[in-house]
Amino acid sequence: MKSLEDLKILRDQAKKTMEMRYLSGGIRIQIGMATCGIAAGARPVLNRFLEEVATHKLNNIVITQVGCMGECAFEPIVEIVENDGTKTVYAKVSERMVSEIVEEHLIAGHRLERYTLGSIKR
Amino acid sequence: MLERMQILICGGTGCLSSHSKEIRNEFDKILTEMNLKEEVGLVMTGCFGLCEKGPVIIVYPDEIFYSHVHKDDVKDICEEHILKGRPLDRLIVRDPVDKQKVKNFSELKFYSKQRRIALRNCGNINPLDINEYIAKDGYLALGQVLTTMTPLQTIEEMKKSGLRGRGGGGFPTGLKWEFASKSIDPQKYVICNADEGDPGAFMDRAVLEGDPHSVIEAMAICGYAIGANQGYVYVRAEYPVAVERLNYAIDQAKSLNLIGKNIFNSGFDFDLEIRLGAGAFVCGEETALMASIEGNRGMPRLKPPFPAVKGLWGHPTNVNNVETFANVPVIYLKGADWFKSIGTTKSSGTKVFALGGKIANTGLLEVPMGTTLREVIYDIGGGIPNKRKFKAVQTGGPSGGCITEESLDTPIDFDNLIALGSMMGSGGMIVMDEDNCMVDVARFYLDFTVDESCGKCTPCREGTRRMLDILNKICAGDGTLEDLDTLESLGNMIKDTSLCGLGQTAPNPVLSTLKHFREEYVQHVVDKVCKAGVCPALTNYVILDKCIGCTKCSKNCPVNAISGSVKQKHTIDLSICIRCGACKKACPVNAISSKPEDWSHEIHG
Repeated sequence: MKSLEDLKILRDQAKKTMEMRYLSGGIRIQIGMATCGIAAGARPVLNRFLEEVATHKLNNIVITQVGCMGECAFEPIVEIVENDGTKTVYAKVSERMVSEIVEEHLIAGHRLERYTLGSIKR
Repeated sequence: MLERMQILICGGTGCLSSHSKEIRNEFDKILTEMNLKEEVGLVMTGCFGLCEKGPVIIVYPDEIFYSHVHKDDVKDICEEHILKGRPLDRLIVRDPVDKQKVKNFSELKFYSKQRRIALRNCGNINPLDINEYIAKDGYLALGQVLTTMTPLQTIEEMKKSGLRGRGGGGFPTGLKWEFASKSIDPQKYVICNADEGDPGAFMDRAVLEGDPHSVIEAMAICGYAIGANQGYVYVRAEYPVAVERLNYAIDQAKSLNLIGKNIFNSGFDFDLEIRLGAGAFVCGEETALMASIEGNRGMPRLKPPFPAVKGLWGHPTNVNNVETFANVPVIYLKGADWFKSIGTTKSSGTKVFALGGKIANTGLLEVPMGTTLREVIYDIGGGIPNKRKFKAVQTGGPSGGCITEESLDTPIDFDNLIALGSMMGSGGMIVMDEDNCMVDVARFYLDFTVDESCGKCTPCREGTRRMLDILNKICAGDGTLEDLDTLESLGNMIKDTSLCGLGQTAPNPVLSTLKHFREEYVQHVVDKVCKAGVCPALTNYVILDKCIGCTKCSKNCPVNAISGSVKQKHTIDLSICIRCGACKKACPVNAISSKPEDWSHEIHG
């Protein structure tokens, strides 16, 4: 170890892999992963979220899987729960949509109305 | 790819012995089969502290705390929780106090009352991965000290923090460092005393197993402060997991040049080696410890000269305990004032206790100094199981004494415990209930010190042996009232005249039980009765009228002392009975009693 700066760089890298153990608050991305969700392709979607969040170096985000949300016909369903409790439910999410959701919703903060469960159902 | 879940499996010795390693391997196997390996992290950590519930695992980010996990449960956890996100209800830990299921482990009363400084990383990071320690600001304190502080400032900061030696003595750490730094010698040493020998104390083991880097970092800081560039960790060979992880950690630190030559480009060199002890209790005494490192027989010598003047191989040496060192990096990161704000004025910071005996939550806990014994035993420890009555708590292991119900509200610190006739010791805390015989307890501890006495000085070698003889005589029913006075004068004499701390404290368990439970001793010698039903010669078992004649007792009796036919009240032939208590344990209706009021009536009346 040559300097304090070197150590701090190493620390910040290492922190990322452990972040989920010390999160408080933050955004939760919940992916429906019951049998229906998995069959509809929720797993690649989840993996894509993990990759996108990592490449954009986003902090304070938990990506987790949840059980069936009841709307099995619209799986894969992704729910984004924000700090203040606002929820957005995206339906029939494909891998392609994930990068859009991350860039538009998570980074820019615009909800993508056209992908939400409400508009898709209509 | 980032992991979406992490499974932390306790790898402390307690959980390892209940097969947590197999559980880890099973997770590895099943996650691979289910193709989840990449997205789920498996981390083997140090001790979580709640050993009673072992083997324990925590699943993040949900913070679900599973207890008593078995290898066969792994498949269910993977299929339900990891794959589908439904936590497995049947394994979720219950709060031992109110029996409620606890979803989020920080809700557990066991943890919420604690304040973890020395154990900050135990159960939280992977001890075999230096990056996890670094992620938690590890080695930052060392870097700051080496690049921005002089050795003198380092010592001043330590003195200001008020940290006192956690090995038992409670000597101010800053002063110790100052003495060693003032000795002029080109060669000095830093030693970490990890020769934890008190029966029932395992906090040093937990730190070495769960957070070895904190000790390495602290020893390097200490080396810088006193001017030493060689350190030794003296650890007992009976701690194989701790030794393995420490070795691994030292190698990792060396590979990143966090110890070695010219650390942080500061010109400071520090090297660290492990020395294994053979597990002699006396080697926890610093002069005996140094003799053992030198390759000599582990025996203490007279002080002064103190190790700070003339220590290892005649050079100035600073010896600190594992837990003391574990506190050091945090003090430099957060400042002496922050540390001083925790605890009491004379004892700052926290203390780790190993809670054992008759207590619901056996395990490891850390509380601020000044917490009362009652809070530790009832709020964190969950109280006495099986609705038994609290009798006493023994602190300080074989060097300490018993503390009774009246003193439970005393705030714990070094000076208060000494005032109560006990001591902090390394932090073992054994809880006793009404089923413990205090004479037997005193005998147990004395038996230990008699075994562990090195034999160098007469009071300790011969005196403790005579005390044990008297206690054995009392337990066998041959004691007299005079014996109690002899015990007392002998004990005080040994305390005054022994060479080292072992002999000076060995009579404490006897003297304190004699003080607080004299009536129990008197019952043993005058009435020839052991109320708790522990001493075989002073106990009788009788079957009461509520016997339902199930024959379980006679089936369990190893010497066939119980007779009686089915559905009839059974009887015990006391001339054959060996007082093992097997029948009492077997009886489904509590019809077998060892209480003197029951059997004296049966026998005499």
